[in-house]
Amino acid sequence: MNNGYAIETDRITRKFGELVAVDNISIKIKYGEIFGLLGPNGAGKTTLTHMLCTILCPTSGTARVAGHDICSEPDEVRSSIGIVFQEPSLDNNLTGRENLDFHGRMYGMTSEQRKARIEEVLSIVGLSNRADSLVKTYSGGMKRRLEIARGLMHRPKILFLDEPTLGLDAQTRRVVWEQIEKLNKTEKITVVLTTHYIEEADYLCDRVGIIDMGRIVALDTPQALKDKLEGDVVYLKVDDVKKFLRIFQKSPLVKGVKVTGDSLQLQVGNGSKTIPRIIETVRRNGGQVQEVSLKRPSLEDVFINYTGKAIRDEGPDVASRFGMHGHWRR
Amino acid sequence: MSATQVIYTLWLREMKWFLRGKTRIIQSVVQPFLWLAIIGIGMSSAFKLPGGQSYLQFMAPGIIGMTLIFSSIMSGVSVLWDKQFGFLKEILVAPVARTHIMLGKALGGVTTSLLQGLLLLIAAALVGVWPPTILALAQVMVFMIFISLAFVSLGLAFASKMTDPVAFPLVANFLVMPLFFLSGALFPLATAPDWMKAIAYVNPLRYGVDGLRGAIIGLSDLPLWADFGVLLVFSTAMILIGGYLFRKTSI
Repeated sequence: MNNGYAIETDRITRKFGELVAVDNISIKIKYGEIFGLLGPNGAGKTTLTHMLCTILCPTSGTARVAGHDICSEPDEVRSSIGIVFQEPSLDNNLTGRENLDFHGRMYGMTSEQRKARIEEVLSIVGLSNRADSLVKTYSGGMKRRLEIARGLMHRPKILFLDEPTLGLDAQTRRVVWEQIEKLNKTEKITVVLTTHYIEEADYLCDRVGIIDMGRIVALDTPQALKDKLEGDVVYLKVDDVKKFLRIFQKSPLVKGVKVTGDSLQLQVGNGSKTIPRIIETVRRNGGQVQEVSLKRPSLEDVFINYTGKAIRDEGPDVASRFGMHGHWRR
Repeated sequence: MSATQVIYTLWLREMKWFLRGKTRIIQSVVQPFLWLAIIGIGMSSAFKLPGGQSYLQFMAPGIIGMTLIFSSIMSGVSVLWDKQFGFLKEILVAPVARTHIMLGKALGGVTTSLLQGLLLLIAAALVGVWPPTILALAQVMVFMIFISLAFVSLGLAFASKMTDPVAFPLVANFLVMPLFFLSGALFPLATAPDWMKAIAYVNPLRYGVDGLRGAIIGLSDLPLWADFGVLLVFSTAMILIGGYLFRKTSI
């Protein structure tokens, strides 16, 4: 805690042979934040997380987690963090309670501490009534929640969540999100999560780092990232497309214009304020507005802007991961 | 973190697994019992051994050795299931020393294999073979512990290097079968051809079976101290190798 940051990385780099999985990343994460690492599969999110969790050693550079160096003080780091891995890591032949108890013992908690804390974390994730069933009878969402509960057992300062909602359906995902928000507030815990779901980063995170090819290409609050794009788009259907294309090309109101089908696509700074003036311009030039609509930029647009590709392009990779999950189930 | 708590935690988990795997317990005892009750009794009425004991008496300590070596080495597979189901990650990121993790796993494996050995000792008593004195029983226990310790560690060493829990039993069988056949468990090595005797001398299980047989029916090729000495050295070496490889294992 001596430096005031939950996590501080210093030019941290990890190579696998020729491949540079994490390339010179220097970031600072504050206590109490929900920080998101957003990027496609293979961007380096998991490698970075594994280094911060002391599972992997950096090739060069280093990081301090909860005030401890990840290379020279791994045990201190491990005691201050909770980890929820991307792939399931529960013992299916034990009950939920036994999984939590095992964890508590491994982190040196006494019997009374464990007993009290198990009840607490079970109620945080809403699994109290299923605690004594074997984990193999749990649904995917319940397993995920149990893993989050386990990550909280030893009261870590920082909780790492690697793709916390991968493979969950929309409703379960929503439940997990709400629980992450709740524990960030009630347990005052710093949350670092990786995700390739744009909505997840947008909904949950105080700040988002967009990671691509091992580098952080943008880092800010989701709103600031969207604002920076100045990317409101006004779709305008007018009677004479060619004529207004010429007019708007010269107009100071818009930054860019192109034709899509029978309507104009105008790139503007602030859409809702510009629309009346655009309509005014059309009318003054003797034209008629038939339709108008506004599209605000999403975090997805931000992502595309910085990485030059849509995150949804990851189809086959994601599918193979789901395949793996199926295979892993007993 | 205290070493005993870590070792106990891992041991406790192995016990829970063992007690919940009812089929595994039954299978691990029924199979050797069939060897005793059918092969042992059947062979007894067909052959006479030079020493005058029945074949069943001769074979019973060997079958106990067989149970121990198979169940011990197979306990390594739990590491591979843990790798497969991700639980090994949960174990390895805890702020504890890997050596203690390995010792906890090993102790769990030794206990389960010892329990199976004891069940078989009872089974052998049912067909009329048991250690004559309390001292002999103690000697049997000591040999059972060290046979288990050696082969549990060997199993863990293999498991540290492998990833596929389905392939593990195949590899283990491939290794254990010749050790078992050449251990003197099923036939006396004294009357075996010289080349076979020579191979048997470097087979650690041979010393274990010889020690068990010495205790149970008072028949042995080698002095007690030699049997015990070799077993002690071998099991110590296996713990060190297993511990070293387990420390290096990656997730």
